[in-house]
Amino acid sequence: MAIFSVYVVNKAGGLIYQLDNYAPRAEAEKTFSYPLDLLLKLHDERVLVAFGQRDGIRVGHAVLSINGVDVNGKYTAEGKEVLEYLGNPANYPVSIRFGRPRLTSNEKLMLASMFHSLFAIGSQLSPELGSSGIEMLETDTFKLHCFQTLTGIKFVVLADPRQGGIDSLLRKIYEIYSDFALKNPFYSLEMPIRCELFDQNLKLALEVAEKAGTFGPGS
Amino acid sequence: MSSELFTLTYGALVTQLCKDYENDEDVNKQLDKMGYNIGVRLIEDFLARSNVGRCHDFRETADVIAKVAFKMYLGITPSITNWSPAGDEFSLILENNPLVDFVELPDNHSSLIYSNLLCGVLRGALEMVQMAVDVKFVQDTLKGDGVTEIRMRFIKRIEDNLPAGEE
Repeated sequence: MAIFSVYVVNKAGGLIYQLDNYAPRAEAEKTFSYPLDLLLKLHDERVLVAFGQRDGIRVGHAVLSINGVDVNGKYTAEGKEVLEYLGNPANYPVSIRFGRPRLTSNEKLMLASMFHSLFAIGSQLSPELGSSGIEMLETDTFKLHCFQTLTGIKFVVLADPRQGGIDSLLRKIYEIYSDFALKNPFYSLEMPIRCELFDQNLKLALEVAEKAGTFGPGS
Repeated sequence: MSSELFTLTYGALVTQLCKDYENDEDVNKQLDKMGYNIGVRLIEDFLARSNVGRCHDFRETADVIAKVAFKMYLGITPSITNWSPAGDEFSLILENNPLVDFVELPDNHSSLIYSNLLCGVLRGALEMVQMAVDVKFVQDTLKGDGVTEIRMRFIKRIEDNLPAGEE
């Protein structure tokens, strides 16, 4: 998947729409016996691998499920603390699935507001008047493209660095927004977008853009 | 979609409002409100499809409204006249108004501004691009005038909630 996610931010900096489009990330499930040779720690309401790496499990991976049952942050599905559970030899052997933690929706909201502020700072830093603000943020693993409309809505797309045609994709997303979100009379402006048709058409547009642009490596 | 359906739909809307409110002034206000709600959404569709950049003065705005927007949505191109000396007021002259095809105003609705929706649309749309304007009809073919004239007056630039980079 060469286009990773789409974010739509309203005038006030609040996230009104978010779509994740990446293939399942690297996950590893292994059976362990006591004692666990990975060092786990609690961080930000999740149990992460602090030290120790083997068989595809890396530092920074989070505990996603124990014995096939998804964990709930730092608690198991039954409500026990994961670290306590794994510290008890009676619970072994245990099968744990590790993987790169996904962002929670609160974290996404925070990131969107932070981006909104950075965008404002970006245009103020500009030596010339009337700067467009941040249009692209580039890293070695992804490129973030941003388009701000004249009315203050921002469309942000995270894509593979090699993916082309994102500018026209951003304009297309603007059109889809003006069609399926705004023309829906039950959608209130500046509120989170919960329109099925918007979702469907956006996914279609992403597929078209992925096929048309340069290909990245498969997922 | 045929323009007849549009004219009929608009007509049904106005007559229903007249029945509901009984008072021409209230109907005018409602039409303006409805137009405003349409305008705040229509502007995004307009910007997405027409790709025009930000207008930096009222003359540019007038041009874009008459030549691009009216053409896109109503299929007519009004002319721009009667600029005030300060350049903050102008008139849009519409030779024919698709909303009023086949319409005649009866005598008991003489203060009804039939196409007041248009005023609301213009006001709402411009407000979303940070321009506060006052829009009103000064001539109306339904009232016996030769042409339909809409007067637009620039009030001020809306400074709060400016998108970043626009100061």
